[in-house]
Amino acid sequence: MSGAGDGNGGSRVLPQAAPQREEVPSWRLLVTLGSTGAIAGLLLVFVYQATQPAIQAYRAMVLRQAVQEVLKGPERWDTLYVVDGGLVQELPAETDPAGLEMVFLGYHEDGQPIGFAITGGEFGFQDIIDLIFGYDPGTKTVTGMKVLANKETPGLGDKIEKDSVFVAEFDGSETPLVGVKSGRATGAANEVDMITGATISSRAVIAIINHRLELLGPMIAAYLEEAN
Amino acid sequence: MPRQTTPGQDLTRGIWRENPVLIQMLGLCPALAVTNTVVNSIAMGLATFFVLLCSSILVSTFRKLIPSEVRISTYILIIATFVTIADMTLEAVVPEVHKALGAFIALIVVNCMILGRQEAFASKNTVPRAIIDAVGTGIGFIIALLMMGSIREILGYGTFLGFPIFGSNYEPWIVFILPPGGFFTIGFILLALNWWERRKLERARAGEPPAGAAVERAA
Repeated sequence: MSGAGDGNGGSRVLPQAAPQREEVPSWRLLVTLGSTGAIAGLLLVFVYQATQPAIQAYRAMVLRQAVQEVLKGPERWDTLYVVDGGLVQELPAETDPAGLEMVFLGYHEDGQPIGFAITGGEFGFQDIIDLIFGYDPGTKTVTGMKVLANKETPGLGDKIEKDSVFVAEFDGSETPLVGVKSGRATGAANEVDMITGATISSRAVIAIINHRLELLGPMIAAYLEEAN
Repeated sequence: MPRQTTPGQDLTRGIWRENPVLIQMLGLCPALAVTNTVVNSIAMGLATFFVLLCSSILVSTFRKLIPSEVRISTYILIIATFVTIADMTLEAVVPEVHKALGAFIALIVVNCMILGRQEAFASKNTVPRAIIDAVGTGIGFIIALLMMGSIREILGYGTFLGFPIFGSNYEPWIVFILPPGGFFTIGFILLALNWWERRKLERARAGEPPAGAAVERAA
Protein backbone atom coordinates (compact mmCIF):
# COMPACT_ATOMS: atom_id res chain seq x y z
CA MET A 1 0.00 0.00 0.00
CA SER A 2 2.89 2.35 0.63
CA GLY A 3 3.74 2.12 -3.04
CA ALA A 4 0.33 3.55 -3.92
CA GLY A 5 0.89 6.44 -1.50
CA ASP A 6 4.26 7.22 -3.02
CA GLY A 7 2.71 7.29 -6.44
CA ASN A 8 0.07 9.83 -5.46
CA GLY A 9 2.59 11.93 -3.59
CA GLY A 10 4.82 12.03 -6.62
CA SER A 11 2.14 13.32 -8.91
CA ARG A 12 1.12 16.00 -6.39
CA VAL A 13 4.61 17.38 -6.15
CA LEU A 14 5.09 17.54 -9.89
CA PRO A 15 1.70 18.34 -11.37
CA GLN A 16 3.07 19.75 -14.62
CA ALA A 17 5.18 16.73 -15.53
CA ALA A 18 2.01 15.84 -17.38
CA PRO A 19 3.13 13.82 -20.39
CA GLN A 20 4.51 11.25 -17.95
CA ARG A 21 2.12 8.32 -17.67
CA GLU A 22 0.27 8.01 -14.40
CA GLU A 23 2.11 5.70 -12.07
CA VAL A 24 0.31 2.43 -11.52
CA PRO A 25 -0.24 1.51 -7.86
CA SER A 26 1.72 -1.55 -6.87
CA TRP A 27 -1.37 -3.47 -5.77
CA ARG A 28 -2.44 -3.47 -9.41
CA LEU A 29 0.86 -4.97 -10.44
CA LEU A 30 0.50 -7.62 -7.77
CA VAL A 31 -3.09 -8.35 -8.72
CA THR A 32 -2.21 -8.62 -12.41
CA LEU A 33 0.67 -11.03 -11.91
CA GLY A 34 -1.07 -12.91 -9.11
CA SER A 35 -4.27 -13.51 -11.01
CA THR A 36 -2.45 -14.40 -14.23
CA GLY A 37 -0.39 -16.92 -12.29
CA ALA A 38 -3.42 -18.36 -10.53
CA ILE A 39 -5.38 -18.79 -13.78
CA ALA A 40 -2.33 -20.30 -15.47
CA GLY A 41 -1.86 -22.75 -12.62
CA LEU A 42 -5.51 -23.76 -12.70
CA LEU A 43 -5.40 -24.29 -16.45
CA LEU A 44 -2.29 -26.44 -16.14
CA VAL A 45 -3.89 -28.63 -13.49
CA PHE A 46 -6.74 -29.43 -15.86
CA VAL A 47 -4.46 -30.15 -18.79
CA TYR A 48 -2.19 -32.26 -16.58
CA GLN A 49 -5.08 -34.37 -15.36
CA ALA A 50 -6.42 -34.76 -18.88
CA THR A 51 -3.12 -35.81 -20.44
CA GLN A 52 -1.55 -37.84 -17.62
CA PRO A 53 -3.41 -41.13 -18.24
CA ALA A 54 -2.31 -41.20 -21.88
CA ILE A 55 1.29 -40.35 -20.95
CA GLN A 56 1.45 -43.03 -18.25
CA ALA A 57 -0.19 -45.57 -20.52
CA TYR A 58 2.38 -44.88 -23.24
CA ARG A 59 5.30 -45.24 -20.82
CA ALA A 60 3.90 -48.51 -19.49
CA MET A 61 3.40 -49.76 -23.04
CA VAL A 62 6.98 -48.93 -23.99
CA LEU A 63 8.24 -50.82 -20.96
CA ARG A 64 5.95 -53.79 -21.64
CA GLN A 65 7.14 -54.03 -25.23
CA ALA A 66 10.74 -53.78 -24.10
CA VAL A 67 10.32 -56.58 -21.54
CA GLN A 68 8.68 -58.72 -24.25
CA GLU A 69 11.57 -58.01 -26.57
CA VAL A 70 14.53 -58.68 -24.29
CA LEU A 71 13.04 -61.83 -22.75
CA LYS A 72 12.02 -63.12 -26.20
CA GLY A 73 8.28 -63.24 -25.68
CA PRO A 74 7.59 -64.51 -22.16
CA GLU A 75 4.13 -65.90 -21.42
CA ARG A 76 3.86 -63.66 -18.37
CA TRP A 77 6.11 -61.93 -15.88
CA ASP A 78 6.27 -60.91 -12.25
CA THR A 79 7.43 -57.51 -11.09
CA LEU A 80 10.02 -57.70 -8.31
CA TYR A 81 11.07 -54.73 -6.21
CA VAL A 82 14.51 -54.02 -4.86
CA VAL A 83 14.06 -53.46 -1.13
CA ASP A 84 16.93 -53.37 1.40
CA GLY A 85 19.40 -55.14 -0.87
CA GLY A 86 17.07 -57.98 -1.82
CA LEU A 87 14.32 -58.77 -4.30
CA VAL A 88 10.75 -59.08 -3.07
CA GLN A 89 7.56 -59.73 -4.94
CA GLU A 90 5.22 -58.59 -2.18
CA LEU A 91 6.01 -55.15 -0.88
CA PRO A 92 5.95 -54.74 2.87
CA ALA A 93 2.81 -52.90 3.96
CA GLU A 94 2.83 -49.14 3.64
CA THR A 95 5.64 -49.05 1.08
CA ASP A 96 5.07 -46.84 -1.89
CA PRO A 97 6.05 -48.71 -5.07
CA ALA A 98 6.73 -45.43 -6.86
CA GLY A 99 10.45 -44.72 -7.00
CA LEU A 100 11.49 -48.26 -6.11
CA GLU A 101 13.76 -50.10 -8.51
CA MET A 102 12.06 -52.93 -10.34
CA VAL A 103 13.16 -56.03 -12.20
CA PHE A 104 10.87 -58.30 -14.17
CA LEU A 105 10.97 -62.08 -13.93
CA GLY A 106 9.56 -63.69 -17.08
CA TYR A 107 8.13 -67.21 -17.39
CA HIS A 108 7.64 -69.71 -20.21
CA GLU A 109 4.20 -71.15 -20.87
CA ASP A 110 5.03 -74.20 -18.74
CA GLY A 111 5.81 -71.97 -15.76
CA GLN A 112 9.59 -72.30 -16.07
CA PRO A 113 11.38 -68.99 -15.48
CA ILE A 114 13.13 -67.54 -18.55
CA GLY A 115 15.12 -64.82 -16.91
CA PHE A 116 15.08 -61.30 -15.61
CA ALA A 117 14.53 -58.05 -17.46
CA ILE A 118 16.64 -55.37 -15.82
CA THR A 119 16.69 -51.63 -16.54
CA GLY A 120 19.69 -49.38 -16.06
CA GLY A 121 21.15 -46.05 -17.06
CA GLU A 122 24.57 -44.44 -17.14
CA PHE A 123 26.30 -41.59 -18.86
CA GLY A 124 27.18 -42.20 -22.50
CA PHE A 125 28.73 -39.68 -24.84
CA GLN A 126 26.16 -36.87 -24.57
CA ASP A 127 23.75 -37.79 -21.84
CA ILE A 128 22.35 -40.67 -19.81
CA ILE A 129 21.65 -43.80 -21.85
CA ASP A 130 18.66 -45.76 -20.50
CA LEU A 131 18.32 -49.37 -21.51
CA ILE A 132 16.73 -52.65 -20.55
CA PHE A 133 18.27 -56.09 -20.96
CA GLY A 134 17.26 -59.66 -20.38
CA TYR A 135 19.42 -61.89 -18.17
CA ASP A 136 19.32 -65.64 -17.81
CA PRO A 137 20.80 -66.46 -14.37
CA GLY A 138 21.05 -70.18 -15.22
CA THR A 139 23.54 -69.70 -18.02
CA LYS A 140 24.67 -66.23 -16.93
CA THR A 141 23.99 -64.90 -20.39
CA VAL A 142 22.27 -61.79 -21.73
CA THR A 143 19.13 -62.68 -23.68
CA GLY A 144 18.64 -59.32 -25.36
CA MET A 145 19.26 -55.60 -25.05
CA LYS A 146 17.13 -52.60 -25.97
CA VAL A 147 17.98 -48.93 -25.57
CA LEU A 148 15.01 -47.04 -24.12
CA ALA A 149 16.34 -43.49 -24.30
CA ASN A 150 19.50 -41.92 -25.63
CA LYS A 151 20.68 -38.53 -26.82
CA GLU A 152 23.80 -39.82 -28.55
CA THR A 153 25.05 -38.29 -31.80
CA PRO A 154 22.58 -39.01 -34.59
CA GLY A 155 24.13 -41.27 -37.19
CA LEU A 156 27.00 -42.34 -34.92
CA GLY A 157 26.28 -42.93 -31.24
CA ASP A 158 22.60 -43.59 -31.75
CA LYS A 159 23.55 -46.76 -33.60
CA ILE A 160 23.56 -48.41 -30.15
CA GLU A 161 19.79 -48.28 -30.57
CA LYS A 162 19.38 -48.49 -34.34
CA ASP A 163 22.19 -50.79 -35.52
CA SER A 164 20.56 -54.22 -35.51
CA VAL A 165 23.93 -55.99 -35.82
CA PHE A 166 25.20 -54.33 -32.66
CA VAL A 167 21.96 -54.98 -30.78
CA ALA A 168 22.03 -58.64 -31.84
CA GLU A 169 25.59 -58.97 -30.47
CA PHE A 170 24.12 -59.10 -26.98
CA ASP A 171 21.80 -62.04 -27.58
CA GLY A 172 23.30 -65.00 -25.80
CA SER A 173 26.60 -63.40 -24.88
CA GLU A 174 28.08 -64.40 -21.55
CA THR A 175 28.57 -62.00 -18.69
CA PRO A 176 30.56 -60.08 -17.69
CA LEU A 177 30.68 -58.59 -21.17
CA VAL A 178 33.88 -57.37 -22.76
CA GLY A 179 33.81 -54.82 -25.56
CA VAL A 180 36.24 -55.36 -28.42
CA LYS A 181 37.04 -53.17 -31.41
CA SER A 182 35.63 -54.63 -34.59
CA GLY A 183 38.03 -57.05 -36.23
CA ARG A 184 39.81 -57.86 -32.98
CA ALA A 185 37.31 -60.41 -31.72
CA THR A 186 38.74 -63.78 -30.70
CA GLY A 187 35.38 -65.51 -30.74
CA ALA A 188 34.97 -65.73 -26.97
CA ALA A 189 31.35 -65.92 -25.85
CA ASN A 190 31.54 -62.79 -23.72
CA GLU A 191 32.83 -60.49 -26.47
CA VAL A 192 30.73 -57.71 -27.96
CA ASP A 193 31.93 -55.95 -31.12
CA MET A 194 31.81 -52.23 -30.51
CA ILE A 195 30.56 -49.83 -33.20
CA THR A 196 33.27 -48.06 -35.15
CA GLY A 197 32.86 -44.33 -34.52
CA ALA A 198 30.75 -44.90 -31.44
CA THR A 199 33.22 -46.48 -29.05
CA ILE A 200 32.20 -44.41 -26.05
CA SER A 201 28.50 -45.12 -26.53
CA SER A 202 29.14 -48.83 -27.10
CA ARG A 203 31.36 -49.02 -24.05
CA ALA A 204 28.68 -47.29 -21.97
CA VAL A 205 26.07 -49.87 -22.97
CA ILE A 206 28.40 -52.71 -21.99
CA ALA A 207 29.31 -50.97 -18.72
CA ILE A 208 25.65 -50.44 -17.80
CA ILE A 209 24.90 -54.15 -18.18
CA ASN A 210 28.00 -55.22 -16.26
CA HIS A 211 27.42 -52.75 -13.43
CA ARG A 212 23.78 -53.67 -13.08
CA LEU A 213 24.66 -57.34 -12.89
CA GLU A 214 27.40 -56.71 -10.36
CA LEU A 215 24.78 -55.09 -8.18
CA LEU A 216 21.73 -57.23 -8.91
CA GLY A 217 23.41 -60.59 -9.68
CA PRO A 218 23.78 -61.60 -6.02
CA MET A 219 20.23 -60.47 -5.26
CA ILE A 220 18.90 -62.52 -8.17
CA ALA A 221 20.86 -65.59 -7.01
CA ALA A 222 19.55 -65.15 -3.46
CA TYR A 223 16.00 -64.74 -4.70
CA LEU A 224 16.13 -67.89 -6.83
CA GLU A 225 17.68 -69.90 -4.01
CA GLU A 226 14.91 -68.84 -1.69
CA ALA A 227 12.27 -69.66 -4.28
CA ASN A 228 13.56 -73.20 -4.70
CA MET B 1 0.87 5.08 -33.20
CA PRO B 2 1.38 1.89 -35.12
CA ARG B 3 1.31 2.27 -38.85
CA GLN B 4 -2.11 1.47 -40.27
CA THR B 5 -2.14 -1.70 -42.27
CA THR B 6 -4.89 -3.71 -43.89
CA PRO B 7 -5.74 -7.18 -42.54
CA GLY B 8 -4.28 -8.66 -45.72
CA GLN B 9 -0.97 -6.93 -45.05
CA ASP B 10 -1.08 -8.08 -41.42
CA LEU B 11 -1.35 -11.63 -42.67
CA THR B 12 1.22 -11.64 -45.45
CA ARG B 13 3.76 -9.54 -43.59
CA GLY B 14 4.74 -12.40 -41.28
CA ILE B 15 4.61 -15.03 -43.98
CA TRP B 16 7.15 -13.49 -46.30
CA ARG B 17 8.18 -9.83 -46.17
CA GLU B 18 8.97 -9.95 -42.45
CA ASN B 19 9.38 -13.70 -42.08
CA PRO B 20 10.42 -14.24 -38.44
CA VAL B 21 13.27 -16.63 -39.18
CA LEU B 22 14.47 -15.68 -42.65
CA ILE B 23 14.18 -11.90 -42.43
CA GLN B 24 13.96 -10.93 -38.75
CA MET B 25 16.32 -13.70 -37.59
CA LEU B 26 14.10 -14.48 -34.62
CA GLY B 27 13.47 -17.95 -33.23
CA LEU B 28 16.70 -19.27 -34.67
CA CYS B 29 17.30 -21.65 -31.77
CA PRO B 30 14.46 -24.07 -32.64
CA ALA B 31 15.01 -23.40 -36.34
CA LEU B 32 18.54 -24.72 -36.03
CA ALA B 33 18.08 -27.34 -33.34
CA VAL B 34 15.12 -29.50 -34.28
CA THR B 35 14.87 -29.21 -38.05
CA ASN B 36 16.82 -32.38 -38.84
CA THR B 37 13.67 -34.09 -40.12
CA VAL B 38 10.51 -32.81 -41.77
CA VAL B 39 8.28 -34.37 -39.11
CA ASN B 40 10.17 -32.64 -36.30
CA SER B 41 9.98 -29.35 -38.18
CA ILE B 42 6.23 -29.65 -38.63
CA ALA B 43 5.69 -30.56 -34.98
CA MET B 44 7.85 -27.70 -33.73
CA GLY B 45 6.18 -25.31 -36.18
CA LEU B 46 2.69 -26.31 -35.11
CA ALA B 47 3.52 -26.17 -31.39
CA THR B 48 4.97 -22.69 -31.80
CA PHE B 49 2.00 -21.64 -33.94
CA PHE B 50 -0.38 -22.77 -31.20
CA VAL B 51 1.53 -20.93 -28.48
CA LEU B 52 1.82 -17.77 -30.58
CA LEU B 53 -1.87 -17.72 -31.52
CA CYS B 54 -3.19 -18.38 -28.00
CA SER B 55 -0.79 -15.90 -26.39
CA SER B 56 -1.67 -13.20 -28.93
CA ILE B 57 -5.38 -13.67 -28.31
CA LEU B 58 -4.96 -13.41 -24.53
CA VAL B 59 -2.52 -10.53 -24.59
CA SER B 60 -4.67 -8.60 -27.02
CA THR B 61 -7.83 -9.28 -25.00
CA PHE B 62 -6.31 -8.04 -21.75
CA ARG B 63 -4.05 -5.39 -23.26
CA LYS B 64 -5.81 -2.56 -21.41
CA LEU B 65 -5.70 -4.36 -18.07
CA ILE B 66 -2.01 -5.26 -18.08
CA PRO B 67 0.04 -2.40 -16.57
CA SER B 68 3.08 -1.71 -18.70
CA GLU B 69 5.43 -2.12 -15.70
CA VAL B 70 4.71 -5.84 -15.52
CA ARG B 71 3.80 -6.49 -19.13
CA ILE B 72 6.87 -8.56 -20.00
CA SER B 73 6.45 -10.84 -16.96
CA THR B 74 2.76 -11.22 -17.72
CA TYR B 75 3.44 -12.09 -21.37
CA ILE B 76 6.06 -14.65 -20.35
CA LEU B 77 3.65 -16.16 -17.83
CA ILE B 78 0.97 -16.47 -20.50
CA ILE B 79 3.43 -17.87 -23.05
CA ALA B 80 4.87 -20.36 -20.54
CA THR B 81 1.39 -21.62 -19.71
CA PHE B 82 0.59 -22.39 -23.33
CA VAL B 83 4.01 -23.94 -23.88
CA THR B 84 3.40 -26.30 -20.97
CA ILE B 85 -0.02 -27.16 -22.36
CA ALA B 86 1.53 -27.86 -25.77
CA ASP B 87 4.27 -29.94 -24.12
CA MET B 88 1.83 -32.15 -22.20
CA THR B 89 -0.53 -32.49 -25.16
CA LEU B 90 2.25 -33.52 -27.53
CA GLU B 91 3.53 -36.08 -25.05
CA ALA B 92 0.05 -37.56 -24.68
CA VAL B 93 -0.89 -37.51 -28.37
CA VAL B 94 2.35 -38.04 -30.31
CA PRO B 95 4.89 -39.40 -27.79
CA GLU B 96 7.42 -40.34 -30.48
CA VAL B 97 7.61 -36.80 -31.80
CA HIS B 98 7.70 -35.44 -28.27
CA LYS B 99 10.70 -37.66 -27.55
CA ALA B 100 12.49 -36.41 -30.66
CA LEU B 101 11.91 -32.73 -29.84
CA GLY B 102 13.00 -33.20 -26.24
CA ALA B 103 13.82 -30.05 -24.32
CA PHE B 104 13.15 -27.78 -27.29
CA ILE B 105 9.42 -27.74 -26.68
CA ALA B 106 9.92 -26.20 -23.26
CA LEU B 107 12.33 -23.74 -24.86
CA ILE B 108 9.52 -22.26 -26.99
CA VAL B 109 9.02 -20.03 -23.92
CA VAL B 110 12.17 -18.13 -24.80
CA ASN B 111 11.47 -17.93 -28.52
CA CYS B 112 11.78 -14.18 -28.95
CA MET B 113 9.57 -14.30 -32.03
CA ILE B 114 6.59 -14.97 -29.75
CA LEU B 115 7.43 -12.34 -27.15
CA GLY B 116 8.26 -9.97 -29.99
CA ARG B 117 4.79 -10.27 -31.54
CA GLN B 118 3.14 -9.66 -28.15
CA GLU B 119 5.19 -6.56 -27.47
CA ALA B 120 5.12 -5.17 -31.01
CA PHE B 121 1.61 -6.08 -32.12
CA ALA B 122 -0.83 -7.97 -29.89
CA SER B 123 -0.50 -5.51 -27.00
CA LYS B 124 -1.43 -2.58 -29.28
CA ASN B 125 -4.11 -4.01 -31.53
CA THR B 126 -7.59 -5.48 -31.42
CA VAL B 127 -8.14 -9.20 -30.99
CA PRO B 128 -9.06 -9.96 -34.64
CA ARG B 129 -5.98 -8.15 -35.93
CA ALA B 130 -3.80 -9.89 -33.35
CA ILE B 131 -5.17 -13.23 -34.54
CA ILE B 132 -4.43 -12.39 -38.18
CA ASP B 133 -0.93 -11.26 -37.29
CA ALA B 134 -0.26 -14.39 -35.23
CA VAL B 135 -1.53 -16.64 -38.01
CA GLY B 136 0.69 -14.89 -40.56
CA THR B 137 3.78 -15.00 -38.37
CA GLY B 138 3.10 -18.60 -37.37
CA ILE B 139 2.74 -19.70 -40.99
CA GLY B 140 5.94 -17.85 -41.84
CA PHE B 141 7.72 -19.70 -39.04
CA ILE B 142 6.39 -23.07 -40.23
CA ILE B 143 7.48 -22.31 -43.82
CA ALA B 144 10.99 -21.44 -42.68
CA LEU B 145 11.23 -24.59 -40.53
CA LEU B 146 9.91 -26.72 -43.38
CA MET B 147 12.52 -25.33 -45.75
CA MET B 148 15.25 -26.19 -43.24
CA GLY B 149 13.78 -29.59 -42.40
CA SER B 150 13.32 -30.65 -46.02
CA ILE B 151 16.85 -29.75 -47.06
CA ARG B 152 18.40 -31.37 -44.00
CA GLU B 153 16.37 -34.57 -44.11
CA ILE B 154 16.86 -35.05 -47.86
CA LEU B 155 20.60 -34.54 -47.68
CA GLY B 156 21.23 -36.01 -44.23
CA TYR B 157 19.04 -39.12 -44.36
CA GLY B 158 18.25 -39.34 -48.09
CA THR B 159 14.55 -39.42 -47.21
CA PHE B 160 11.56 -37.08 -47.22
CA LEU B 161 9.00 -37.65 -44.45
CA GLY B 162 10.71 -40.99 -43.94
CA PHE B 163 10.34 -42.19 -47.54
CA PRO B 164 13.62 -42.89 -49.29
CA ILE B 165 14.02 -40.69 -52.36
CA PHE B 166 17.50 -41.61 -53.54
CA GLY B 167 18.37 -45.19 -54.30
CA SER B 168 20.15 -47.42 -51.83
CA ASN B 169 23.46 -46.20 -53.26
CA TYR B 170 23.00 -42.78 -51.67
CA GLU B 171 25.50 -42.18 -48.89
CA PRO B 172 23.73 -39.91 -46.36
CA TRP B 173 25.40 -36.59 -45.69
CA ILE B 174 25.30 -37.02 -41.94
CA VAL B 175 26.66 -33.57 -41.17
CA PHE B 176 23.32 -32.11 -42.29
CA ILE B 177 21.40 -33.76 -39.47
CA LEU B 178 24.04 -32.73 -36.93
CA PRO B 179 24.07 -29.22 -35.42
CA PRO B 180 26.63 -27.83 -37.94
CA GLY B 181 24.27 -28.84 -40.73
CA GLY B 182 21.66 -26.47 -39.30
CA PHE B 183 24.09 -23.57 -39.59
CA PHE B 184 25.11 -24.58 -43.12
CA THR B 185 21.50 -24.86 -44.21
CA ILE B 186 20.35 -21.54 -42.79
CA GLY B 187 23.49 -19.93 -44.20
CA PHE B 188 22.79 -21.14 -47.71
CA ILE B 189 19.10 -20.26 -47.50
CA LEU B 190 19.93 -16.72 -46.39
CA LEU B 191 22.59 -16.43 -49.07
CA ALA B 192 20.12 -17.41 -51.75
CA LEU B 193 17.42 -15.10 -50.38
CA ASN B 194 19.72 -12.11 -50.12
CA TRP B 195 21.14 -12.70 -53.57
CA TRP B 196 17.63 -12.84 -54.96
CA GLU B 197 16.55 -9.71 -53.06
CA ARG B 198 19.59 -7.80 -54.25
CA ARG B 199 19.06 -8.82 -57.83
CA LYS B 200 15.45 -7.68 -57.59
CA LEU B 201 16.59 -4.39 -56.10
CA GLU B 202 19.18 -3.81 -58.80
CA ARG B 203 16.66 -4.50 -61.50
CA ALA B 204 14.28 -2.02 -59.89
CA ARG B 205 17.04 0.57 -59.59
CA ALA B 206 17.86 0.22 -63.24
CA GLY B 207 14.47 1.82 -63.77
CA GLU B 208 11.51 0.27 -65.48
CA PRO B 209 13.60 -1.54 -68.01
CA PRO B 210 12.08 -1.24 -71.44
CA ALA B 211 11.46 -4.54 -73.09
CA GLY B 212 14.34 -3.93 -75.46
CA ALA B 213 16.86 -3.31 -72.66
CA ALA B 214 15.91 -6.50 -70.88
CA VAL B 215 16.41 -8.46 -74.04
CA GLU B 216 19.72 -6.74 -74.64
CA ARG B 217 20.98 -7.62 -71.14
CA ALA B 218 19.81 -11.15 -71.45
CA ALA B 219 21.70 -11.44 -74.68
